[in-house]
Amino acid sequence: MTPTSSTLAPRSRARVLLARLEGPQTMGRGPAFWGTAFLAVAAAAAYPLMADAWTVGNAAYFLIWTFMAMGLGVVWGYAGALSFGQTAFFGFAGYAYGVLTLNLGAAYGLTFVALALSVAFGGLFALVIGYFMFYGRIQGVFIGIVTLSVTLVLETFMAQTAGPQWRIGEARLNGFNGMSGMPPLTLPWFGGDILLYPGPSLYYLLLGLVVVCYLGLRIMLNSRFGNVLVAIRENPHRVGMLGYDVRLYQMLAFGIGGAFAALSGALYTAWGQYITPSSMGLTSAALPIVWVAVGGRRDITATLIGTLVVLAGFQSLTIYGSQYALVVMGTLLLLTVLAAPEGLVVGAMKLLGRVFQRSKR
Amino acid sequence: MALFQSIFAMLYQFGDTFAFLVISCAGLAVIFGMMGVINLAHGEFIMCGAYVTASAARAGMPLPMAILSGALVAGIVGMIVERLVIRHFYHRPLDSIIATWGISLIATQGVLIVLGSTMQGVGTPLGSVEVGIRSYSLYRLVLMACALGLLGGLYILFYHSRFGVIARATIQKPQMALALGVDTGRVYGLTFGLGAALAGLAGGLYAPTMTMVPTMGATFIVESFVTVVVGGADIFVGAAPAAAILALIKAGLTAWYGQLFGQIGLLITVILVIRILPGGLSGWIKGTTR
Repeated sequence: MTPTSSTLAPRSRARVLLARLEGPQTMGRGPAFWGTAFLAVAAAAAYPLMADAWTVGNAAYFLIWTFMAMGLGVVWGYAGALSFGQTAFFGFAGYAYGVLTLNLGAAYGLTFVALALSVAFGGLFALVIGYFMFYGRIQGVFIGIVTLSVTLVLETFMAQTAGPQWRIGEARLNGFNGMSGMPPLTLPWFGGDILLYPGPSLYYLLLGLVVVCYLGLRIMLNSRFGNVLVAIRENPHRVGMLGYDVRLYQMLAFGIGGAFAALSGALYTAWGQYITPSSMGLTSAALPIVWVAVGGRRDITATLIGTLVVLAGFQSLTIYGSQYALVVMGTLLLLTVLAAPEGLVVGAMKLLGRVFQRSKR
Repeated sequence: MALFQSIFAMLYQFGDTFAFLVISCAGLAVIFGMMGVINLAHGEFIMCGAYVTASAARAGMPLPMAILSGALVAGIVGMIVERLVIRHFYHRPLDSIIATWGISLIATQGVLIVLGSTMQGVGTPLGSVEVGIRSYSLYRLVLMACALGLLGGLYILFYHSRFGVIARATIQKPQMALALGVDTGRVYGLTFGLGAALAGLAGGLYAPTMTMVPTMGATFIVESFVTVVVGGADIFVGAAPAAAILALIKAGLTAWYGQLFGQIGLLITVILVIRILPGGLSGWIKGTTR
C-alpha cells in the first residue's frame, strides 16, 4: 500500500491518484484498454467536424444523461442501494437552474454559478433523503419505494404550481407546462459572451465533463471509499463489525449519486431551455434504471457505454415508431434481468477480456 | 345538529381516505407480505381490473358482477405473469422489482397503443344521501364497507382456512412444506394471483369514480406503497393501523390545506416513520407485545 500522508510531494500524490485509475472495482486495464478509450474520445472529439450542427446538438443531448446514469451506477451497482428516484434530484436541479438563471441573468458567467449551485442543492437534497433512509436503517426494496414516492410527489407538487402565486423572484413555475425561457450556459469572453446553444461548443464542454467525471469516478471507486462501498454491498454486517459506519458511507454514496443526477438535470435545462414536471414522472424515473440495468450496473465503464447505446437505440426507435419505443424498452429490461442479470455490456466486456487473455498465452 | 354535521363530514372524509388506502394497498400487501416481492406492476393490475369492469358494465352486466369479473381477469393475468416471469426471481428480490417495472412499462404503453388514450367509463351509481345541508355520495359509503369487509375476509382467509395455513407454512419454511407434500410452486402462483385479483378488485371498485386512462394505476401507486412501508413487514398486523393513521393525517391535511398537502403530508410521515420505527408499525406492535 502506498503511503498517502500529506508530507508527500505533490508529484507522488498525483501518481497515487493516477494509479487508482485502475483497480479491482473497475474493469479495463493496461495499454489495450486505455488505447481504445483514447481512440474513442478522439473519435468523439472529431465527430463535430463530420456532422451537421443539429446532429451534434443531439449527441450533446445523449451526453447529458450519462451523468445521471453514472450516479445511479455508483448508488445501485457499487453501494447496492436501488434508487428509483434519481429523477427527483434531476428535476429539482433542473428547476433550481431555471429559477436561479431567470433571477440572476446570464452575464459575468453567472450561468455557471447557477449550474454549480443547482448541483450542490441537488446533492444536499439527496443527502437529506439519504440521511432519513440510511440512518433509519431501511434496506433493500424499501429504498426503492421511498425514492420512487419522493419523485412522484415532487412531480405532483410541481404540476399544480400553475397559479400566479407560484413564483420565485422573476421565475414563474408554470405548473404542468413547466418553465421555459431561461438562458443557456453562457461563457464570458472578450468581445461578447459565447452562448452555448446545442451545437459543437456545448458538445465539447459536455464531452470534457464526461471524461473528467468518468476518470474521477474511477479514482474514487478504486480508493478506500469505493472499496468500502463494494464491501457494504456484499456484506453490510461484516463491514459494520470491522468498524466502518455503514450508514455514513451509504448516505455519502447516495449524495454523490444525487449530485450526478442533479448535474444532468441542470445541464438538461440549460440544453433545451425548458423543464417540466413530467421529467420527474414514472416513465422518466424508469429510463435511468433501463440504461444502467441493460449496460451493467457493477462497472462504471459498462454503465457509460450501455447508457449511450440504449439512448441511441431509443431515439432511433422513437423516430420510426414512437409509441412502440417504451414497449421495446420494457421488454429489453425484462429480458436483461431474466437472461443476463449482470448487464449486456459487462457480459461483452468479460468475453473480450477472456479472448485477450487467451491470445496472450 | 351543526356539531353532528361537522363530525359526520370529518368521519366521511376519514373513512373515504381509509377505504382508498386499504383497498388500493391490499393486493400489494399480500404479494409483498407473503412472497417478499414488490410488485411495481401493481398499478397496471388495478388498471386491468378497472378496464374490464368498465367494459363489462357498459356491455350490460350489473355493476357488482362487472367488478368481480374485473378482479377475476386481473387474477388470471397475475397467475400467468407469475408463471412466466416472477417465478425466476424468488431468490433475487431486487431484480424482481426491475422485472415488474418492465412489465408495467409494457402494459401501460401496450394498452395505450391497443385501446387508445382514454376509454369511456361508467357513471358513479347509487346517487347521494343528504346529511344536514351537505350531500354525500352513497357509493363512497359502500366503498368504506367494502374496505372493512376486505380486511375481515383476508384475515379469515389467511388465519382460518386451509389455504391460509398452507400458504403461511410455505412462506415460513418452504423446504419443510415441500417435504410435507405441499405443492409450493402452486401456492406461490395462487398467492400472486390473489394479490393481482385484489388489485383488480381495487380497480373495479374505483372504476366508476375515475377517468379511464392507461396511466390511471399511477394514482394508486404512491398511496399503496406508502401504506405498505408504514405497515412494515408483517402485513396483517400492520396494514390496517397504518391505513388508519395515514388516513387521519391525509384527511386532516386535505380538509385544512387541500389535496396536495395531504399527499406531501403522507410522504413526510413515511420518511419520519422509517426514521423512528424502522420495522414499521407491525415491527413496533410485535416488539411491544413480545
